[in-house]
Amino acid sequence: MELFELTLHELRELLEQKQASSTEITTSVLNRIDHVDKELKAFITINDAAALAQAAQIDARAEYPGITGVPYALKDIFCTRGLRTTCSSRILENFVPVYDAHVVQKLNKANSVLVGKLNMDEFAMGSATENSAFFPTHNPWDLQRVPGGSSGGSAAAVAACEVPFTLGTDTGGSIRQPASFCGIVGLKPTYGRVSRWGVIAFASSLDQVGAFTRDVEDCALVMNIIAGHDPMDSTSVKVEVPDYTSFLNRDVKGLKIAYPREYFDEGVDSEIKAAVLRALKQYESMGAIVEEISLPHSKYALPAYYLVAPAEASANLARFDGVRYGYRDFQAENVVDMFSNSRAVGFGDEVKRRIMIGTYALSSGYYDAYYLKALKVRRLIYQDFETVFKKFDIIVSPTTPTTAFKLGEVSDPLTLYMNDILTVPVNMAGLPGISIPCGFHAGLPLGMQIIGRAFDEGTIIQAAHAFEQQNDYHTMRPALGVK
Amino acid sequence: MALTIKEVEHVALLARLSLSDEEKALFSRQLSSILEYVDQLNELETDDVEPLTHILPVFNVFREDVVRPGSVREEILSNAPLLEENQYKVPKIM
Repeated sequence: MELFELTLHELRELLEQKQASSTEITTSVLNRIDHVDKELKAFITINDAAALAQAAQIDARAEYPGITGVPYALKDIFCTRGLRTTCSSRILENFVPVYDAHVVQKLNKANSVLVGKLNMDEFAMGSATENSAFFPTHNPWDLQRVPGGSSGGSAAAVAACEVPFTLGTDTGGSIRQPASFCGIVGLKPTYGRVSRWGVIAFASSLDQVGAFTRDVEDCALVMNIIAGHDPMDSTSVKVEVPDYTSFLNRDVKGLKIAYPREYFDEGVDSEIKAAVLRALKQYESMGAIVEEISLPHSKYALPAYYLVAPAEASANLARFDGVRYGYRDFQAENVVDMFSNSRAVGFGDEVKRRIMIGTYALSSGYYDAYYLKALKVRRLIYQDFETVFKKFDIIVSPTTPTTAFKLGEVSDPLTLYMNDILTVPVNMAGLPGISIPCGFHAGLPLGMQIIGRAFDEGTIIQAAHAFEQQNDYHTMRPALGVK
Repeated sequence: MALTIKEVEHVALLARLSLSDEEKALFSRQLSSILEYVDQLNELETDDVEPLTHILPVFNVFREDVVRPGSVREEILSNAPLLEENQYKVPKIM
């Protein structure tokens, strides 16, 4: 085994026992990136010199508590002081933040080593990482296919063993869907669980930060670092943060699991449904109580999302005006033309589309019919979940309706939006959700989604880990870069 | 509901986006089909439903107003596309 192939918890052990240094691990990871990223294209920026310098400093101290010395990488949506942060957009191509996002500060304090910034759909709008202004990222299981999105670089990098863990963001499925497509673990915590300070905003009532890892234990370790209240983010909540590793190695006897019939309908590939139903049988044999339930407003979550998210995006993205930072059109002779031309060149098609939809939905005369209507429907979706969680501990479903599709295969925006149909309701209700690998079909990973009560990521980790212990899907690796 | 080219132009002005004629035609088509898709929300009766903006019961979060080290002006200005005497410079407004 090479060092780059090891998980976070395996690397921790080696470091603690002084069997490997942070410099050796970081070097192994950087070599791996050098070896496979020409094909995979997960990274926008590689932070090699600074990473090696940090690793050397850590090794000089020779103490490795927690995740000290373990490399990681960030979706290029997290502000990093002195390190270019693009959001995969032309408009921020040369933007260098003057501060670190809160979660980056936490990882710095934990002495984790930042090796680079990862590709994504521009401003996190997309489901395939094909909307990056720079280049698409490929799926390590099949380079002809997409890694999912919008955190496609974060998922592909972990699946291809370029780095043991990454952070991403999830507004409508942008962590869970790429985790599913790439066969790894991706957790979107409860809205309010992790600070978003210093994370470039897409839809502020939906965005949440989370981790990509190769197994559930690593997910718990990263959650232990990033979760918690931040006074700088008024939407982060003062709720006690448990030790997430305390939920590992627990059984699921008596755990009440619901599976919604609306998430197993004809729009979902039969192989994915079969794999999740097999997993439910396994849970049953482990002593869990499994029952079919209904979330009757499920089909309205996606149309409501495609009003709420663009409306919020149109407001958040108003700040990109070419005045204080970012791309500017220098030809314009008046200030309105300067704004409009800078934005026209700086934003890609999907971003423009969503700004247009959002602006329309918020505009005079249409606000009640579209935006307000969507917020009312959002309440109904929330109440569906509330009702189920009175009786059940978790909800289990497929993460995506299909496996990873081919690059360039889906061009109609609405068809692409459908990919998020099983993940979007969770954001609308603000709940935590994970995707874990639950099988393979035709060489491509299948993902299972586990949804929990608000602020109960612990039970999700418990159930996900119990499943992982009974299966070996999380140990499968793509053949990428093998000589 | 279909969005005409004229409506697309109006929204683009509100959104401060210059669009080419091709983009106007494309967006008129694509936005119309998205709006048609979201119209299914009208199947639901929502007169008595309270809108939900986000799930947290958190309102008016205040913190102590204390002076803290912030960002450095030179660093912030270093991202500016155009400066004059350390101030942002833009084309004529009036």
